[in-house]
Amino acid sequence: MGQRLLVHNDAQAAANRAHFAASGVRVINLLSSPGSGKTALLERLARELAPSDPGARHPMAVIVGDLATDNDARRLRAAGVPALQITTGQACHLEAAMVHRALHDLAHLGHPLDGLALLVVENVGNLVCPAAFDLGESQRVVLLSVTEGEDKPLKYPAIFHSADVVVISKSDLAEACGFDGPQARGHLARVAPQARIVEVSSRTGDGIAELLGALGLERVPVAG
Amino acid sequence: MHELSLMDAVRELALEQAARHGARRIAAITLRVGSLAGVEIEALRFAHAVVMADTIAAGSRLEIEAVPAECFCAACGQPFLARDGCCDCPLCGSISRELLRGRELQLASLELG
Repeated sequence: MGQRLLVHNDAQAAANRAHFAASGVRVINLLSSPGSGKTALLERLARELAPSDPGARHPMAVIVGDLATDNDARRLRAAGVPALQITTGQACHLEAAMVHRALHDLAHLGHPLDGLALLVVENVGNLVCPAAFDLGESQRVVLLSVTEGEDKPLKYPAIFHSADVVVISKSDLAEACGFDGPQARGHLARVAPQARIVEVSSRTGDGIAELLGALGLERVPVAG
Repeated sequence: MHELSLMDAVRELALEQAARHGARRIAAITLRVGSLAGVEIEALRFAHAVVMADTIAAGSRLEIEAVPAECFCAACGQPFLARDGCCDCPLCGSISRELLRGRELQLASLELG
């Protein structure tokens, strides 16, 4: 005997993944500690991917999880992307069923998956709890901001191990913080050997093109 | 504290197994937990007491079979323990991308009464 504890979550995640594949949308599970710049990164991506025709549909949407408030969803809507807030109350992580319900809510609000290029699930800010829960994503992206210090990956190896892409965020502050980039990359190589590492500044836009490439979004279809 | 959610899943699976075997009591629950599963064992123990109260598993023992993370070094042709989740081979220093075990989060066995 040996049954996976999260067998129900995994089944729902598989259903989500099939749904995403059928709609042709890439889905990112975005993870970090609170304050690492997840929402600022999404605001930048929203501007980057904005259609040139302001009447056209934005190719990106966001599902955002927080313990309380819909501040992040409001910030993202102001940046032009449909955003749905999940307030989790006491829950410190998102589960696949919450994402499934959010997809229905998005569709009812007039934002179906079909026609989207990118759906980002901004997880609850937490470097421990969300690691075990597959949401059905195409890629898991973990942020490490330069203000957090080079050794954070060594302190939270489980979540970095699960990353497909690690974004070193707030790179414009690296010098001011005395952030040692090569040392951080050395630590990441040990606990996230499979991950692609991209340094990004959401403020200046440095590294955003490289990140879009890492997310498989070099070419974004123009929504009609 | 996602350990409460995990323990909810344990309760569901354990009660289902107990019912299948016609058991009236669950005396012990054994979980297999990898060192890279992101789980705090003490938090699991706390959650176990809370979640199993008022079920046939109330007062059961919680046993943890810890699974240390292990990688395979292609250069040395052998596995090594990935201490603290670090995948650099202690013999040759090369970094392994092949995690053999360490993410387990399983219900391993039940002692039914």
